[in-house]
Amino acid sequence: MAYESYVLVCGGTACCSSGGTTVVETFKKELEAAGLKDKVQVVVTGCLGFCEQGPIVKILPQGTFYVQVKPEDVKEIVAEHLVKGRVVQRLCYDPEQAKKLVAEANIPFYQKQYRIVLRNCGIIDPEKIEDYIARDGYKAIEKVLFEMTPEQVVEEILKSGLRGRGGAGFPTGMKWKFAQQQPKGQKYMVCNADEGDPGAYMDRSTLEGDPHSILEAMTIAGYAIGASKGFIYIRAEYPLAIERLQIAIKQAHELGLLGEDILGSGFSFDIELRFGAGAFVCGEETALLQSIEGNRGMPKPRPPFPAVKGLWGRPTVINNVETLANIPVIINKGADWFNKIGTATTKGTKVFALTGKVNNSGLIEVPMGTTLREIIFDIGGGIRGGHQFKAAQTGGPSGGIIPPQFLDTPIDYESLAKIGSIMGSGGLIVMDETDCVVDVARFYLDFTVDESCGKCAPCRIGGRKLLNYLKKITDGRGTEQDIKDMQAICDAMNKASLCGLGQTASNPVRSTLRYFMDEYMEHIKDKKCRAGKCTKLIQYKIDPAKCKGCTLCARKCPANAITGTVKQPHVIDPAKCIKCGQCELNCKFGAISHG
Amino acid sequence: MAKLTLADLRKMREEKQQAMEMRDASNKDVQVIVGMGTCGIAAGAKDTFTALVNAINEKGLTNVLIRQTGCMGLCHSEPTVEVVVPGMPTVIYGNVDAATAKSLVEKHIVGHQLIDDKILDRPSIDIIKNA
Amino acid sequence: MSKELEKMTPELRAFIEEWKAKPGNLIMVLHRVQQTYGYIPREIAIETSEILGVPLAKIYGVITFYNFFRLRKAGKYNIQVCLGTACYLRGGDDVLKEFEKQLGVGLNATTPDGMFSVEAVRCLGCCGLAPVAVVNGEVHGKLSTKDVENIIAKYCAEG
Repeated sequence: MAYESYVLVCGGTACCSSGGTTVVETFKKELEAAGLKDKVQVVVTGCLGFCEQGPIVKILPQGTFYVQVKPEDVKEIVAEHLVKGRVVQRLCYDPEQAKKLVAEANIPFYQKQYRIVLRNCGIIDPEKIEDYIARDGYKAIEKVLFEMTPEQVVEEILKSGLRGRGGAGFPTGMKWKFAQQQPKGQKYMVCNADEGDPGAYMDRSTLEGDPHSILEAMTIAGYAIGASKGFIYIRAEYPLAIERLQIAIKQAHELGLLGEDILGSGFSFDIELRFGAGAFVCGEETALLQSIEGNRGMPKPRPPFPAVKGLWGRPTVINNVETLANIPVIINKGADWFNKIGTATTKGTKVFALTGKVNNSGLIEVPMGTTLREIIFDIGGGIRGGHQFKAAQTGGPSGGIIPPQFLDTPIDYESLAKIGSIMGSGGLIVMDETDCVVDVARFYLDFTVDESCGKCAPCRIGGRKLLNYLKKITDGRGTEQDIKDMQAICDAMNKASLCGLGQTASNPVRSTLRYFMDEYMEHIKDKKCRAGKCTKLIQYKIDPAKCKGCTLCARKCPANAITGTVKQPHVIDPAKCIKCGQCELNCKFGAISHG
Repeated sequence: MAKLTLADLRKMREEKQQAMEMRDASNKDVQVIVGMGTCGIAAGAKDTFTALVNAINEKGLTNVLIRQTGCMGLCHSEPTVEVVVPGMPTVIYGNVDAATAKSLVEKHIVGHQLIDDKILDRPSIDIIKNA
Repeated sequence: MSKELEKMTPELRAFIEEWKAKPGNLIMVLHRVQQTYGYIPREIAIETSEILGVPLAKIYGVITFYNFFRLRKAGKYNIQVCLGTACYLRGGDDVLKEFEKQLGVGLNATTPDGMFSVEAVRCLGCCGLAPVAVVNGEVHGKLSTKDVENIIAKYCAEG
């Protein structure tokens, strides 16, 4: 009674509006006519991504992927594919490569994602060590402990080109090498899981979905640098990740994959959890170490670098969760496999938490060199509610705001730096025309001012001053001189701050000044916020053509700012208006708008 | 559990891999995999899980294995559930609330039909399986 | 206003003794204190200071440095409104203001009857559900200001 084939028609918004609904109906009709009604099921799906090529049709079990399918194409698909089993080449995404698509086992290249870090997330049960082991888990540890010297491990990581995924992009192999070269004695391996960027949760999902991969990677790193002790510094706000890590550590101990004499190799390594307590600055290496030591998390000047003098004065390597998740795969598949993925300067993949005004928000992993356009429109399904793309923000409070002209920039560390942003830890926030960039810059500054530890003056005072200017501008009291002052403060903070937080805190302001100066000027000169976000600059207006003079708005207005006679168009007195929006909310004729 | 030697670990990996393949080949086991990361749980994955268990018990199905996994990354459509039924393509459903969970058992597992409006694509190939 | 002093539980004392010898124990101990009482009571901080041999001033310094630690008890229902970027863009701050307005309390304050407290928190990591508020661990997603009344009513009914 089971069906032999399934026709999946994408029912995402984009596909529906490009004719997907008619395609479904036509399939049902044609299948009935061909006598296949009981053999082939037609199914409407959720968004399959790739929205610009819609309507999308996927045939299972073969996995053939047809794009831009029109109702008149359906007959051919039914006759050729479903009756005769021949793929309709002209409707495949790329006729050149269509052969590749015939079998499900081949790489469906229409998918833009490639998952190394998230290889096990959503596949294994994170609370079962056997699930991890069955998927090549702890295989890299075997190879490292029994076939490689610590020098060879470091060499392999160097060769892979892996760079730190926490933000700055320092070569991971170099960090390991520095620590390895330090004289023997107590050394430490630390995993930075203090994911503090608002709007980023890649590390949490990795830890929740695949905790053993981090334990394995830390053990490999410990072997490479000569450390016997590891710490995972994790946000206390991540209870599920903590719980799963605790289970994983216990299981690894029971099987002898952590602890004394791992697998009889003579190498011993242990891992302890330490909880963060909600301080963004602790994502900075030296502040993080302070926090593990039980102190206020204030950064220290570098050098000495932690690889030389870190936790309790001993050589320490600190790697972020995503960086570590790559390690076992690099060891198993080899550096040469890894460094083929990505761009000239940046190898491998990047996980992004894609959020904001995008249709399909979620966690994605793409090869370095993928463009923002591919991420936002192909994977993310475009902008919600038919709005326009205005800007993307990467790198959280330390990153910049990227305008539409850079949508086709291939993403890597260098290209993002060039356009005034940073890779950061992987938050990617999409904004549309209803978001005000000046307000967003203020939002980020609010955050960094709150999170500044106060140790150095450029960050403590500069951040506060910048925030005050931004408040002034969003309140409609800004002057052109303010812009000049802000630019000077940005430069000073960037050059003179002690740690990464202060050095990058001005990035949201710098990038918006660079690309959206016209909006700053509108706020200052015209006292206007085009997005309608800055409340004090909003003007409510009654369209006299639409107003019926019903008096409802005047009665609802708490400030008595609306006047007029019955059946005559009403007017709002901007001096009295408190911008509460009650009038617009209550108008039954859509006569009131704001801008 | 006793501590493993190198040989033990290799044996364990092989056995577990075989066990997984056997399950594919013997055409007996149905698997239902619920995404239970923080966002899945926040979107109601625990209720989905319970509804699945209840529906499976109600139908008296004994060949179904329900298990949890981490986040698949499809946060816009949580909770997500993957269904593996022998002889049918493996599919991932999104926005699976308790009601959908029930019809998933009735229509997909028992009735061998895919459900409308909920299917999503697996976001990427599996680099471990397709090595 | 007089209030009953908190007593150190035997479990907490055992935990502190266990961690006493470990370097860098203070933050882990404070987490345990807050887990036990819901905040860090002054009298427990004093006792902790004595057991660990760490000056009270240092303990106070650490507590006030980190957002996670609180010096005052939260309401029976602690409403945490997410102000991560995704939530902010989708109107999280309006939701927060609405909670403050309806409960008649400011940010980080508790209603006089001790039922509700309102907090703004950083990213809770459910950006797909933005804007989000969490009440005693229960997540409410895709909120608008219109949902606020129902959420408060729900917990009022539970008493």
